[in-house]
Amino acid sequence: MSGALVLGIETSCDETGIGIVRGTQLLANVISSSMDEHARYGGVVPEIAARAHLEALVPALREAIATAGIDLADLDAIAVTSGPGLSGALMVGVGAAKALALALGKPLYAVNHLVGHVGADVLRDDGTEIELPTIALLVSGGHTSLLLVRDLVSDVQLLGETIDDAAGEAFDKVARLLGLPYPGGPQIDTAAAGGDPTAIRFPRGLTRAKDLENHRYDFSFSGVKTAVARWVEQKQDAGEPVPIADVAASFREAVADVLITKAIAACTDLGVPRLLLGGGVVANARLRELATQRAAVEGIALRVPPLDLCTDNGAMIAALGAQLIAAGHAPSSLAFGADSTLPVAVVQA
Amino acid sequence: MLLAIDTSAGTSVAIADRGVGIIAEHSSTDTRGHAEIIGTLIASCLADWGGSVTALSGVAVGMGPGPFTGLRVGIAAARAFAFGAGKPVVSVVSHDAIAWGVADPVLIVTDARRNEVYWSAYSSADAAGLPMRVGGPGLSRPEDLPVLQGYRRLDATTVSAGALGMLAEMMFVHERAFAGDDALYLRSPDVTLSSGPKRVTG
Ligand SMILES: [Zn+2]
Repeated sequence: MSGALVLGIETSCDETGIGIVRGTQLLANVISSSMDEHARYGGVVPEIAARAHLEALVPALREAIATAGIDLADLDAIAVTSGPGLSGALMVGVGAAKALALALGKPLYAVNHLVGHVGADVLRDDGTEIELPTIALLVSGGHTSLLLVRDLVSDVQLLGETIDDAAGEAFDKVARLLGLPYPGGPQIDTAAAGGDPTAIRFPRGLTRAKDLENHRYDFSFSGVKTAVARWVEQKQDAGEPVPIADVAASFREAVADVLITKAIAACTDLGVPRLLLGGGVVANARLRELATQRAAVEGIALRVPPLDLCTDNGAMIAALGAQLIAAGHAPSSLAFGADSTLPVAVVQA
Repeated sequence: MLLAIDTSAGTSVAIADRGVGIIAEHSSTDTRGHAEIIGTLIASCLADWGGSVTALSGVAVGMGPGPFTGLRVGIAAARAFAFGAGKPVVSVVSHDAIAWGVADPVLIVTDARRNEVYWSAYSSADAAGLPMRVGGPGLSRPEDLPVLQGYRRLDATTVSAGALGMLAEMMFVHERAFAGDDALYLRSPDVTLSSGPKRVTG
C-alpha cells in the first residue's frame, strides 16, 4: 500500500510551502519564507506576505517536483490550504491550485490548515502511527488552538483558542519591547538562557476560577504582554537595569505554563491520554520540555512531529489530502474560496 | 492558441486564437470572489473549446493595474496553469486589452479604490492595429488625471480576457515586447514603521 501521490500548496501566512507525499511518505517539502521582509515591521504584514507568495510560487513548485523526482503527470491529486489564515495570502494558493489541477486534469482537495498541522504527524519516519483520539495543541504566530481529534478526516473539534494574540505574536511583541529582533520566539529563547524563570511571576491568562468557567480551554496572551511591558517600564523609570535574561525566561515560562497546563487539563478532563503538539512555536525548547515533563507525570503519550513539519508547510497539506483520498472522500468542488476563518471542524472545504 | 486570464477588475478567462478569434470566454463582473470563481471559469472555457491543454501554445495574463488581492489570483492561476501545462506564460498590461480595437486616442481610467484611479493613455492604433501606450499605467486622484488634448476619456469597469488573449496573439505575431514579470500594483503595501514599543504605563 503506497498511497496517493499528492502535491500540497500552503500559503496561509508568510511561508510559501509546496510539499509532495506518497501516502504517508514525505517526498519533498519546499518552503520559501518572506520572514526577512517582515522583520523591520516586527510582525507579518499581510500584503507583503501575499506579494511574496506570488513570486515564490512557481520556483517552489519547480524545486519540489525536482526534489521528489516525480513527473507532474504522475500526481494523483492536488491539495491546497483553503483556510484559516490571511485572506489575500490564501487566495494566491487557492487560485494557483485550481489552475494547476485543471491544467493537469487532476482532482483537487481544499483542506483546513489547522488540521494539516495534525496531519503532519503521519509523515514521521519512525514507523509509529498516530493514535486517536488525541488532543492537539497548535501554537504559532498566527494561531493558538486546542483541538480534540477523533478522526483526522472527519471528526475534529475545537476545544479552545486564543481570544486575542496568538502565542507566537506575544513572543514577537515581548521581544520587541526588550529590544530584540523579529521573529521573537528564537530571540526570547536565546535571551532566556541563564535567566531565572521564577524571577518574576507574570500572569497566566484565563486561568482564574471565574475565567475557567467560560474559557476553560481558551487562551489570552495580551495580558502577559502588557504585564511584561509594565514591569520593564517600572525598572527603566527607576533608572535600574532591566535583567533581560530573567524577564525573557519568566515570560517564556508563563506562556509555556499556561499552554501546557490547559492542554494537559483537556487530556485528563476528556480522558484522552494523548497529546500532539504542532505549529512553529513548538520549536521553543522550553515548551517541549515542559510538555514532556507534565505528560510523563500524567501518563499522557506526547507526540511532536518532526520540527521542520511543525512550521507551516505544504507537505502537511499534501499529507492531509492523501488521508482524505485514502478515506474515500470526493474531491472539493471548484467553487471553494479562501476562507480566513474556516472552522476547524471543516476538515475539507 | 492561448488561455488568457485577467483579474484586474472582475474575473475573465478566455481561449483565443489568432486565426479563429475568441473561441471561448467566461467572465464575472464581481470585483471580489476572484479565488472562488476562477476555477469554474477556466473549466468552462476548456469545456467550451473541447481541446486538449497540450494544444495551447501558452498562457497570457493581465498584470494590472488593478486592486492587489484580486489581481494576484489571476497571475497566480496563469503561472500555475502554465507550469502544469508545460507552456510559457506571457504578461500583458491589462489596460492594453481595453485599448485593443479602439482606433482613436483614449485615456483609459479604471477604479483603484480609496478615491484613486488607474490610468493609461493611448494614441491612435499603430499600423498593425495594436494599441500604442504613450503614458501610464499610472495611479492618481481623479482630479489629478493628465489632461491630454484630443484624447477621449474611456472609463472601464471590466477587462476582457478574450481581448487580452487576441492582443497577446497579435503582439507575438508582430514581435512586440510583452510586459514585465512584476504585477502592476502601483502602490506600496500599507505598512507603517512604528517608532518602537509604546508605553503601557502613564
Ligand atoms: Zn500554521
